[in-house]
This record gives sequence, structure tokens and C-alpha cells, in this order.
Amino acid sequence: MIKKIFAKGYLWLLLALLYSPILIIMIFSFTEAKVLGNWTGFSFKLYSSLFAGGMHHSLIDAIINTFVIAFIAASVSTILGSIAAVGIYNLRSPMRGVMNFTNSIPIMNPDIITGVSLFLLFVSFGVSQGFTTVVLAHIAFCAPYVVLSVMPRLKKMNPNIYEAALDLGATPFQALRKVILPEILPGMISGFILAFTLSIDDFAVTIFTIGNEGLETLSTYIYADARKGGLTPELRPLSTIIFVTVLVLLIVINKRAEKQKKE
Amino acid sequence: MLNSLSRFFMRRKNWSIPYALFLIVFVVIPLLLIVFYAFTDEEGMFTFANFRKFMMHPEAMNTFIYSIGIAIITTLVCLLLGYPAAYILSHRSLNVSKTMVVLFILPMWVNILIRTLATVALFDFLKLPLGEGALVFGMVYNFLPFMIYPIYNTLQKMDYSLVEAAQDLGANPLKVFYKVILPLSMPGIVSGIVMVFMPTVSTFAIAELLTMNNIKLFGTTVQENIYNGMWNYGAALSLIMLLLIGIMSLFTNEEDNAQNESGGVI
Repeated sequence: MIKKIFAKGYLWLLLALLYSPILIIMIFSFTEAKVLGNWTGFSFKLYSSLFAGGMHHSLIDAIINTFVIAFIAASVSTILGSIAAVGIYNLRSPMRGVMNFTNSIPIMNPDIITGVSLFLLFVSFGVSQGFTTVVLAHIAFCAPYVVLSVMPRLKKMNPNIYEAALDLGATPFQALRKVILPEILPGMISGFILAFTLSIDDFAVTIFTIGNEGLETLSTYIYADARKGGLTPELRPLSTIIFVTVLVLLIVINKRAEKQKKE
Repeated sequence: MLNSLSRFFMRRKNWSIPYALFLIVFVVIPLLLIVFYAFTDEEGMFTFANFRKFMMHPEAMNTFIYSIGIAIITTLVCLLLGYPAAYILSHRSLNVSKTMVVLFILPMWVNILIRTLATVALFDFLKLPLGEGALVFGMVYNFLPFMIYPIYNTLQKMDYSLVEAAQDLGANPLKVFYKVILPLSMPGIVSGIVMVFMPTVSTFAIAELLTMNNIKLFGTTVQENIYNGMWNYGAALSLIMLLLIGIMSLFTNEEDNAQNESGGVI
């Protein structure tokens, strides 16, 4: 019994340590003070000025850019990666190994190496950097994760159903739509979610491929802001909103998965 | 034209071709370019000068060694804090809920810059000075979940009957831990170590924020050189980092594959 309390106590202590920085930000998002740590009374002003725009137009732009880039990169990665997964699954031994290995390189590589290598690619071929290069770079490190999340679904699938559909007169494209697609859809969805979050979170690859035409994503905005010495007060409510959204989403997804397992 | 295209895609293995081309252009060629730039000078002539510059440059060398030191300390602290947590989370009789596990993984999904700025905020709030202490705290705070997750995964998949057998045969709890549980969790420990060491040694910008620009890590040296137009030298530094990480990851290949099969928490 004592052991149990001790063990759970340790977990809570560690969680408190992990969450204390984010909690400080959340608490101080409800006060107006410019400097974090000064409490000047409860207020929603930072939240309203975050959405009011005007002053922080560039921040709103950065948020929109982040989500547009994440949406395009995740969608393209999902399509490209899923098609690739079906292809790789049907490859024979040596080629299959080569593809799997190459696919794992972007996952194993640290962000900064991916960033530098893509930067060198774009400058070597004289591609001017901006929105397109960021999207391409994000696809490059997101698609491998989609392949990895679709692959287990293909392995679990009974390979005979596809053949059966063909024998029963379905065209290959019908068989794909009616047989393979439903089987791999859950893998595609979790691949899309993973790609989307990876893209939103990314900082290292983005900063190497974004160029200097004034395009900003949330990460580069925060970075530029932090380098100027301070943290724009509006970033406090923004971080709070992002954090709570991610928290709720993950808990909901997890509860659903647990429920599905029980059924 | 359309006909031959559709015949081409009839064979499902051909579906890997678009992605193969994509990987060549956006993964293989860029990596080869790092090697190319690292071994050439500005005119494109073959040279070792970039590496010689690194060896002769005490500041770059010191930053490199210092970064490895910080990464080792961070990894050790993460292991010491993370192993007990993973152990408790996966322990059957304690019956920890899945949501608790998610709470430990969750910080991984928050933007790393926001996490870092939150650490800075915490230190400001507690009136603690920013510096080496803040740097290690921030790194541990950023990467602890990467240690807990793989260890938790291996512990959870562990065949518990082995533990029971050891207990039945009279091993005391300490002995059960050292002789059974610890060896069985080794794959998780190894991939945890790599998953913490690699990002710690390769981060940039994080250290500067945590130390008010007083301490620079190797990742920043790479980024600054690339930014200042010294592509060849920057590429050489990247290659050195890549070699360091390649050596590290040699230890883990098999464990990683096993983990990919099972899928993630969500």
C-alpha cells in the first residue's frame, strides 16, 4: 500500500515538473502584464487582442500559414505515402529492403540535417525559397511516417481478398477502391494526423527552407520574437489555446481507442 | 497513352515508383549534396580544408565536445528520472490508467520553442538565473518523454510470467529486477538513450534561449555557418554531426524496427 502511494506520488511529482512551465504560461495568460511574472489582476485582454488582429496581424498571418502548410503537406503526404505503401508491399525482396531503408532515413535523421540537406538542394538548383519549398520539405519528412502507419494495415490484410475481387470481375481500380482502401483507411487517417502535427510542430526544417521573403510560420515567428529578447504577451494565450486543444484531442482519441479495444 | 499508363499501374509494385523518385530527389540527392559540399571549396574543387578548419578551430571543436557533454548529462538525467516512471506506468498491480501514460507523452506534441520559452518563463518566475542549470533542465524537460515512451513500450510487452517464475524460484525483489526486468528492458533503454541523445546533440536555438545567448551548442554552429553563406564549412560540420549520430544509431537498428511494427500510443 505504502509502495503504491510512493509510486503514484513519484508519477505526480514528475508530471508536476513536466507541466509547471506550461502552467505558468497558462496562469499568466489571464493577466495583462507585459512581463511574465507580474500579476496585474485578472483579465481576458490578451485573448481578445489576440483575435482582434490589427496590432498582431503578422502573428495571425503566421498561424494561418502554419495551418495551410500543414494541411497541404499532410494531404499530399497521405496520398503519396499510401500509394507508396501499397507499391512497396508488393515489391520483391531486395528492392523492398532498399525502399524501406530509404524511407527510414528522414525519420532517423535529425531535423537539422534534413534542413541543411534540403537547403543545399534548393540553392544548388537555384530554386527560390518560399512557400513551395517549405511545403516540399514538409512532405519530405512527413510522407515516410504515412508509409509506416499504412504498412501494418497491409500486412494484416488477407492478400486473397484482392485476388478474389479480380476473379469476381472487378477491375483493378474497383478492387482498389472497394477492397484495399477500406482496409488501409485507419492507417491513412492516423498517418494524416501524425503528418499534420509534425508539420505544425516543425521548426528546424522550416527555418532552413523558408527563405527571406517575409513568409513566417508560427515557429519562425516565435523564434524571431524570442531572439528580440521578449515573448510577445499574446503568445501566452496562444500557447494556452494550442496546448489545451492538443490535450483534449489526444485524450479523446485515446479514450476512443480504448473503447474500441474493449468492444 | 492513357491506356499504357493504366496498364503500368495495373501492376501494384509499380505504385512505389513515384515515391521512389520523390525519395531520390528529396532524400538521397540532398544527403549526397552535404557530402559534396563538405569535400569541396567555393569553386567546387575537391579539398579537405573544411575538416581541417574544424580541427584547427578551437572554438568549433570546444562547442562540439561541450554539446556531446551536455547531451550525455541530459541523457543520464532522463534515464534516471524516466526509467522509474516507465516502470511504474507499466506495472500491473499498480494499475495506472492509460490517460496517465498519455499525459507523459503529451508534451512531445507541443511546439519545442513554446516548451523552451515556458522553461525560461518558469526560471524567470522562480527568480532562478538562466545558464547551465536552465540548459540541462530545459533539455530534460523537452526530451524526457522520448526516454519514457520506448522503455514503457518494452516493459509493457515483457513476458510477465518470467518475473513470476523468478519470484517462485525464490529471487528477492532486487534480484528479480537486476536479473530479469532490467535485461529484458534493455532494448527500450537503448532506443530511449538514442532518442534523447540525438535531438539534444543536434538542437539549435534552444540553448541560446535558455542561457540568454551565453552558451552555444553545435547545432547552432552549423546553422550560423549555413546562414552566413559558408555552405561548404556548414556542410562539413553537418557531416561530422551525421557521423556521430550514425555511430549512435548503429546500436539500435533492430529495436527500432520492432517498435515501428506495433504503432504508436494514439
